[in-house]
Amino acid sequence: MNSIDFSIVVPALPYLWEGLKFSLILTLAAFAIGMVLGTALALVQHLEVPILAQFARGYIAIMRSIPLILVLFWFFFLVPIVIGYLNGTGRPVPIGATYTAFITFGLFEAAYYSEIIRVGLRSLPKGQYEAAEALSLPTWKIYWLVILPQVIRAVSPIILSQTIILFQDTSLVYVLSMTDLLGAASKLGQLNGRLVELYLTVAVVYFVICFAASQLVAVLKARTAIKTR
Amino acid sequence: MITTADVSPPIIEMSGVTKRYGSFSALNSVSLSVSKGERIVICGPSGSGKSTLIRCINRIEQHDDGRISVDGVELDGKLKNIDAIRREVGMVFQSFNLFPHLSIVENCMLAPVEARGIPKREARDRAMHFLAKVKIPEQADKYPGQLSGGQQQRVAIARALCMLPKIMLFDEPTSALDPEMVKEVLDTMVELAGDGMTMLCVTHEMGFAREVADRVVFMDRGAIVEEEEPESFFSAPRSDRAKDFLQQILH
Repeated sequence: MNSIDFSIVVPALPYLWEGLKFSLILTLAAFAIGMVLGTALALVQHLEVPILAQFARGYIAIMRSIPLILVLFWFFFLVPIVIGYLNGTGRPVPIGATYTAFITFGLFEAAYYSEIIRVGLRSLPKGQYEAAEALSLPTWKIYWLVILPQVIRAVSPIILSQTIILFQDTSLVYVLSMTDLLGAASKLGQLNGRLVELYLTVAVVYFVICFAASQLVAVLKARTAIKTR
Repeated sequence: MITTADVSPPIIEMSGVTKRYGSFSALNSVSLSVSKGERIVICGPSGSGKSTLIRCINRIEQHDDGRISVDGVELDGKLKNIDAIRREVGMVFQSFNLFPHLSIVENCMLAPVEARGIPKREARDRAMHFLAKVKIPEQADKYPGQLSGGQQQRVAIARALCMLPKIMLFDEPTSALDPEMVKEVLDTMVELAGDGMTMLCVTHEMGFAREVADRVVFMDRGAIVEEEEPESFFSAPRSDRAKDFLQQILH
């Protein structure tokens, strides 16, 4: 029982693959939600939109000060109670682990992405804004066609680095008993008693994916560096 | 030249324009009237407010006091009016400010398509026309980063012209250029002046001022100190400050 036996990994692969698929989907969904919402949060601050700018600052401060695992719990246990309270029945309305994970990670990452984009917006030369204004482009088109394409390109290595961290953080859905890559390994391991082998296997998978992605970050960095004159 | 300028109605009218940054007055109740087709060179020591003056005309800077009207439209903070004025006023910056993520021809097409709703094909034809005018049509598909400073500035001129403006503002267009590239940009501007464009140029290129300016406006400490025809300004400046300034730049 105590000897290491990797032969049990082969039959486990289909189940681990299911787990990995969920980890990747959750990463992609959180990335998509986080980028859209994060860009919006960055823009309302950059444009100093009344009320919304203050809201964005407060939101980001809170999200960045609370551990992700706590936000997950909060959504999982508290939001059903709040919804139940709001719809008048007083009975909790469960939103399910999957939705909890998608929404939580999306909202949480939005705070981090928005800080990255906000810095990008500030670092763009003022002349870009002025030239676009002088050409009588409407404000939303200035941002959509001139500013954001440059900002996103400039910060894409940092965005990707953050997304690698996000991918690793998705393993936290373990606390909601979900079957992501780590969850799959853990569940199988508890059944067959081969936790060490399975944890080693998924560690290698995490390493390969994250290492490959960070190599991509290096390539991106080199490319954006050439772009700047 | 001066006489025709005198009869046509002013296309830019500024009166009592004041701009403050905190307690510092960048413009101190400046009044200036520009006729259609007039070419004005604005010069003066750094910090004299000359850039601020032309940047107020199209609301890149917002003036605090006084009135500005451009082509009969009052610049009063209404978005509709700001937009109407910006459509008629092209601007060329010291640092070119081309959009680095767009190709040269896309730089020139962006505003006509996105701000004026002109069909892409027409905008492309127009862009190529003005790129030919500034003599770099062969660079159309390159990106700004691949061009020299002089070429970039000529693209910036073409980009502004693609909006078919009535007025062109130049904010030290040759100050960021290597010396050997100054001439190609000035030549483009001289040609533009020959076409009858109303031009306001902030520049220290006194040769250019002599050649094309109808009027030289000398500014110091946020105020217009002298307005003269180039010949009389250069040969016989009236104020001591203008004399000092000319001595320094003509060494």
